[in-house]
Amino acid sequence: MEVEEISKVKQKNTNGHAEASGKVAPVDDRSSTATAKAATKGKATRLSEHIVEIISDSGEGAQKCGQSFGAIVAQMGLGVWTTEIIPAEIRPPARSVAGASGNRIRIGSKRISNGGNETDLVIAFNEQVLMGRVRANELKPGCTILLESMWRDDRRIAKTYTDAVEQLLAAGYKVVEIPMDKECRKVVSDPRKGKNMFVLGILCGLYSLDLQTARDQVVLTFGKKAAKVIESNIALLDAGYAWADANLDFKYEIPGAKSTEPQIVVNGNTALALGVLASGMEICAMYPITPATSTSHYLSEAFQEVGGVVHQAEDEIAACCFAIGASYAGKCTVTITSGPGYSLKQEALGLAVMGEIPLVIINVQRGGPSTGQPTKTEQGDLMTAIFGSHGDAPKVVIAPGTIEECFYSVITARKIAETFNMVVVILSDANLASSQQPFKRPVFDEAWLAPPIDQSAIPAGAKPYDWDPKTGLARRFIPGQPGGMHTLTGLAHDENSHVAYDAEINQRAMRARSLKLATLQKTLLPPPVFGDRTGDVLIVGWGSTKGAIEEAVAELREEGKKVSSTHLTFIQPMPPGIKEILAGFKKVITIENNWSDSPADEMIDESNRRYSALAMLLRSRYLVDVDCWSDCRGTPLKPNTVRKVILEAMA
Amino acid sequence: MNDTTMNGIAKSGAMTFPLPLAPVNVNDCLLELYEEHYELEDYQKGVPRWCTGCGDNAILTAVQRLCRDEKLAPEKTVFVSGIGCSSRLPHYMNTYGFHSLHGRALPIAEGIRLARPDLKVFVNMGDGDCCSIGAAHWIHAIRYNMNMTAMLHDNNIYGLTKKQASPTSPIGLKTNTTPRGSYLEALNPLSVTLGVSNVSFVAQVVDWIPKLLYQTLSAAYHHKGFSFVRIIQRCPEWLPTHMDDYLHDPQRVLLLHHENGLEIDSELAKRYTNMEEHDPSNLNRAREIASGSDPIPVGILYRNDDVPLYEEVRSDSRLRTTSLVKNGLEAEFDKFTIWPEGQTRAKHEAA
Repeated sequence: MEVEEISKVKQKNTNGHAEASGKVAPVDDRSSTATAKAATKGKATRLSEHIVEIISDSGEGAQKCGQSFGAIVAQMGLGVWTTEIIPAEIRPPARSVAGASGNRIRIGSKRISNGGNETDLVIAFNEQVLMGRVRANELKPGCTILLESMWRDDRRIAKTYTDAVEQLLAAGYKVVEIPMDKECRKVVSDPRKGKNMFVLGILCGLYSLDLQTARDQVVLTFGKKAAKVIESNIALLDAGYAWADANLDFKYEIPGAKSTEPQIVVNGNTALALGVLASGMEICAMYPITPATSTSHYLSEAFQEVGGVVHQAEDEIAACCFAIGASYAGKCTVTITSGPGYSLKQEALGLAVMGEIPLVIINVQRGGPSTGQPTKTEQGDLMTAIFGSHGDAPKVVIAPGTIEECFYSVITARKIAETFNMVVVILSDANLASSQQPFKRPVFDEAWLAPPIDQSAIPAGAKPYDWDPKTGLARRFIPGQPGGMHTLTGLAHDENSHVAYDAEINQRAMRARSLKLATLQKTLLPPPVFGDRTGDVLIVGWGSTKGAIEEAVAELREEGKKVSSTHLTFIQPMPPGIKEILAGFKKVITIENNWSDSPADEMIDESNRRYSALAMLLRSRYLVDVDCWSDCRGTPLKPNTVRKVILEAMA
Repeated sequence: MNDTTMNGIAKSGAMTFPLPLAPVNVNDCLLELYEEHYELEDYQKGVPRWCTGCGDNAILTAVQRLCRDEKLAPEKTVFVSGIGCSSRLPHYMNTYGFHSLHGRALPIAEGIRLARPDLKVFVNMGDGDCCSIGAAHWIHAIRYNMNMTAMLHDNNIYGLTKKQASPTSPIGLKTNTTPRGSYLEALNPLSVTLGVSNVSFVAQVVDWIPKLLYQTLSAAYHHKGFSFVRIIQRCPEWLPTHMDDYLHDPQRVLLLHHENGLEIDSELAKRYTNMEEHDPSNLNRAREIASGSDPIPVGILYRNDDVPLYEEVRSDSRLRTTSLVKNGLEAEFDKFTIWPEGQTRAKHEAA
């Protein structure tokens, strides 16, 4: 019966569409809110924040739409965090549940620090990609769904489509069907190209955004394309905006306050790449790997302006060795990879440690082990970053917690690498890589840049590894420096870089390389505590989970809960003062996106439970009974999840 | 801990060469060093720990002579090696050296070249190093064609790990991993190299004709591009008689000569009468010659001076000054900037 009714509605709508006015009748009159004809025009519901999703088949442009929407929203002075929804394949089959491609945009009046909880409103190009999101529990109960209705006209699909719509309605979602294809055809001949801009228009109308700002953004987005392309996309944007205005009986408004200082909006990978430019590094050696590669894409282009080379090596090992060679020769170099590539580079990293060659390596973590979940986020590489490579290979490990920190971490990494002649690992992840968040436009500082290559003569008698007995530091000799000739070797070696045949030498050299970490540690500040320094529960996190953890902690603190959090940027070495922080709380829990055994499992007890990486590190170093909560679902941590963990810990 | 200023200004007393005060980009700050006179001893360091009769000794001597004759400033010269007997060579050179990882000498050398085109780069690899664990890098190094001299010390056997079959071990060779004889046809490093696009210099020599070894390495050094020299060498420890037949019968060595290749002096010509005039620009003939292993072809098989160098293709003629970086970075920021009402980049910078 329901289906019949729908087809009647459909019929009516089709007639409606044919009318000259171009105004479209509401498509689905069963939806309680979608009935009126712009009855509430001008009366927008005020919200403090909302989460919007735009999803389509791969290649239909939902990602571009989402990014543009995020940029427009940011221009309007709203807080924003965009998260990419990426299928595993480049072209998954059309209309497949696992093929959802798009963007999730969290917008709000205040600064937004993470992707947030479930989605409030989703706009979908077909019902199958939508079902994927429903099954992943990503939609809030009662979530508003704006759905392309063209599938009703396709005899092979209509039944599947209407069944899905029924299911959605039965599940309590508010479904608004929109004849996107039909509307777009009024503007362009092939709606598959450009539907995304129509949808962008709808969203801009729906969220009461400034149309001119949106138009400017479209011009920026298609800046390199022909004027004709830009024109037709603007026409589609305008059409979408007008359609929403005329046909939707609900409208939102999220008040924003324009920042008084310039901000830049980039994702984590671009921020890392900008950091590479700002650090003065001019060579990046890499091999393509998801989700790290877009950093190198961006750098390849940007180096054209700034001067520099992205060397795409024949494999991950070669990329690392190439970087080591360039660094050895005096130009501190960066190599960028993700988990599997990181594993391949391990032997070479050991060489850099042994030879005390400065090197920056960025690992944009993805789900592991093995090929794992290439497009999904995880924090599974902390242990391998710290302890990886055979033998004792002390390296510095830092983890940016925000997009902004992605930028500055590279500058810091280069400086530490060259000051201490060490390998510095930057651990980002797929969450930061593809999320966008505005941050204060950095003010250029000359001190960011690498110094020129030291080519001064080495005084007679100076040794290439003249380890300072207190700090372990030694002045590095760079090829070209007269009098500094020596052979760097991965073999155990003495102060002259001669192969060690004496038992004492290796002990001395190992000590020096280890001491450098302690020396660096002495320069670090204790991590800040978010909240009070004493209380019932302390959450400790690292990397991309910062925003979600702090949001949940702030919320619970407002409710009177005695919870605080601290977030580690330096993980190897750990900054001083952590023990004192941990001591202020009854319970300490790490929250991480990696594996830990659940004590609820029958086989798991205290003698065999495997803890999360950071929990393990904290337990061993500070002898505090640190608990952990973690998951490997590949989705960014949600504040709600953190909230639940904290409340359970308090119960 | 570090008493040298970071901007390259040396304490004046310690300066032995005129140096740029603050080199911004070494590519643009190359100074002509004083014409120096070097002795063989200037390149020698330590006592080689190779076996008596090992071909590595001959290669080391040839390389040291080459450095002396070419007046290579020791501080501007880098020998990069992998792991294996042959890869100890940099330890015996009083230049900069990089004794790296098994198989990875080439990518490290490439990084050095790209960062520092002012340095002379030599690479020493064994047959396991180059043709087995580092084979991927070998193929791509040929393709990159960066200016360096790569020596394949090929003794057909793993020496340092004690007599295992290598990719160049002839079929039937008894080793510790192939006690009844090796199972596979040997890989032909010349054919492989000559089959890769962008190949620009391929030569082969044997360790027991020092004069030709020197001449070939000299030609390789002067070639602008990736010069690959396979040096067939003896391993007195594990395969003491392996090369004897070739060693004692001059007819089993085929000397390649040409006005654009090696010129054979009369003394050598008297002993090695098995000769072929081969034009190194003839790639097809080079491939034919490479495919033969008995007699051993010795000389320059192929040379093409017109293959572009990767480091030149990728080089940037602009001086990478602070302002270039700053302006580039600001321009990048501009692409992503949201300006507050009424503000622009110009106003921002003025403030």
